[in-house]
Amino acid sequence: MSFTVELIISAFLILGGLFVLVGSIGLIRLQDFYVRLHAPTKATTLGLGCVLIASIVYMYHIQGYASINELLITLFLVITAPVTAHILAKVAMHHRVKVMQRTRNQHLIETARMQLPPENDNKKQDQDN
Amino acid sequence: MLDIAVVLVAVMLCIALILNLWRLIIGPHVVDRILALDTMYINSIALILLYGIYNQTPLYFEAALLIAMLGFVSSVAFGKYLLRGDIIE
Repeated sequence: MSFTVELIISAFLILGGLFVLVGSIGLIRLQDFYVRLHAPTKATTLGLGCVLIASIVYMYHIQGYASINELLITLFLVITAPVTAHILAKVAMHHRVKVMQRTRNQHLIETARMQLPPENDNKKQDQDN
Repeated sequence: MLDIAVVLVAVMLCIALILNLWRLIIGPHVVDRILALDTMYINSIALILLYGIYNQTPLYFEAALLIAMLGFVSSVAFGKYLLRGDIIE
């Protein structure tokens, strides 16, 4: 294996490992569930994408042809990560998980829980009418 | 060089898995625990891919794909159960 290919694979692997580690440190260190949700859904998905790119390059170099399995994993992960994050945020909202003190627009939580439009918009529309 | 990189990234992923396990244990709410479990699924996919690179075989991609699908389905099932009290209505 030539030095350039090895360098590319190693760089992608280390980048992916760093992003996954950053996602997990964020999962530990951040203060609030809604803030904590950001770290694994974004950083970890990006890190796994980097590892998958490294794996694609390596397998292409070993086998001589690129297989579609890794691309399938990437596609599946990119589709499913936001869905999971959305469902977990919805569960946290309906279970009244504690919100960080300096979160802005906290008065909108109650109307969002009842699936109503925000109150301010209603008032504005009434004034317009 | 690739051997050193693979070992280094494996150590990083194991530290990340231990941090996720810590959040899974201390998580103040059930939702935190579901999120930690979902992150552990993703990290284990990365670890399996790394093991495939280490052994120079493309055999483990199917396992990674299966774990990706099962992780998504189980996270959504946990979420639906907490949200509605039932998984399939």
